[in-house]
Amino acid sequence: MHELSVAYHLVQTASEAARRAGAARVTCLRVRIGVLSCVHPDALEFCYELAAQGTPVEGARLVIEEVPVEVYCPRCRRQLPLKTIQKFCCPQCGRPTADVRRGKELELASIEIPSSHQHEDAPAKDVQGPPLEPPQEQPSQADSFPLASDSQESV
Amino acid sequence: MSRVPRILEVRTRILKKNDELARQMRQEFLAAGVFVVNLVSSPGTGKTRLLEETLVRLQAQGWRVAAVVGDLETDNDARRLARSGAPVRQIQTHGCCHLEAHMVQEHLKGWILDSFDFLFIENIGNLVCPTSWDLGESLRVALMSVTEGEDKPLKYPGLFNTSDAVVITKTDLAEACEFSPALARQNLEAVRPGVPILETSAKTGQGVAQWVEFLCRRRGELLQPNRAPMTSLRP
Ligand SMILES: Nc1nc2c(ncn2[C@@H]2O[C@H](COP(=O)(O)OP(=O)(O)OP(=O)(O)O)[C@@H](O)[C@H]2O)c(=O)[nH]1
Ligand SMILES: [Mg+2]
Ligand SMILES: [Zn+2]
Repeated sequence: MHELSVAYHLVQTASEAARRAGAARVTCLRVRIGVLSCVHPDALEFCYELAAQGTPVEGARLVIEEVPVEVYCPRCRRQLPLKTIQKFCCPQCGRPTADVRRGKELELASIEIPSSHQHEDAPAKDVQGPPLEPPQEQPSQADSFPLASDSQESV
Repeated sequence: MSRVPRILEVRTRILKKNDELARQMRQEFLAAGVFVVNLVSSPGTGKTRLLEETLVRLQAQGWRVAAVVGDLETDNDARRLARSGAPVRQIQTHGCCHLEAHMVQEHLKGWILDSFDFLFIENIGNLVCPTSWDLGESLRVALMSVTEGEDKPLKYPGLFNTSDAVVITKTDLAEACEFSPALARQNLEAVRPGVPILETSAKTGQGVAQWVEFLCRRRGELLQPNRAPMTSLRP
């Protein structure tokens, strides 16, 4: 059950992002799990509840988006979804390809935090809130590790 | 007015901490000239047995080698490997089903990386969990034994697809198991086109020399290409 380790890292990452945004708690986490990441969504969900206990993330909804595997075919010059992960070949021309462009992600995409003022008659504008910018830098590039989810942008 | 929750884009890898540590370790390994190999397979595939043989042969050629070996509870594997005379350390994970970068880092403390040419990491016997964890290795090798059947790659595409090489072990038992190397290769090629495939029997020694040669070639390609083993460098 490595999902428990993954869940623990997930909760840490989300708590950290919330803290930077000045939010005391998180109401929803959206994660992207590549089909090749070897993380099972059900197992992650189960472990997540355990890992979230006593953290700002406790009680937050977990929304998992499964990312299908896409490969790049140098002959067709296209990035296409695999038909089955038991055969890594171009779905168009059939040529084998090991160039995986999507499907290894293990990523916290976004978090939802309550807006800062809770009174029904409060102004709609969220004056005191921090800017709507990513609180952390983007995943860094040029990592030789094969699981880095950086290469997913199309070519 | 409604209490519309705010959505913050985070877009961060969940295992970022591990990935960053692994990247830093990889840089240190390369700077020190250590070629690091991460061995992954199901329990009992023959990681330790092949590694015992590998450590002996590499040392006989003058290479300086070391190994860390992950195990849930025991230190049996470390004791087996230490018979080769190489420095060996055991990582007991107490139930954790995979190694993480920080575990490896902690167990390297006190070793001088510059004094090794090869470092082997024997992962916990498991074909799923180790997949997501970068350990800073330069080469991830998946092993499958002839006794496990030809379709392991199809059942665990995640692991085989992220491996840099595959070793088919226990080939001395192939006939008894009616194992078809051709079918196994076909399945490996399906989930990881172009992956180098080696066949070994640690028992008879068949294919082990090619495996050792493969490691040395890969090391040479990555590190100083003309670097010879220690004995010829330092008389
Ligand atoms: N016949 C034969 N037996 C082998 C070979 N390699 C390993 N074995 C045997 O298979 C069993 C398991 O080998 P190990 O090297 O301990 O396997 P492992 O992958 O390290 O196992 P774990 O660390 O528990 O995951 C032992 O009894 C070995 O002697 C081989 O090439 N041929
Ligand atoms: Mg072992
Ligand atoms: Zn094509």
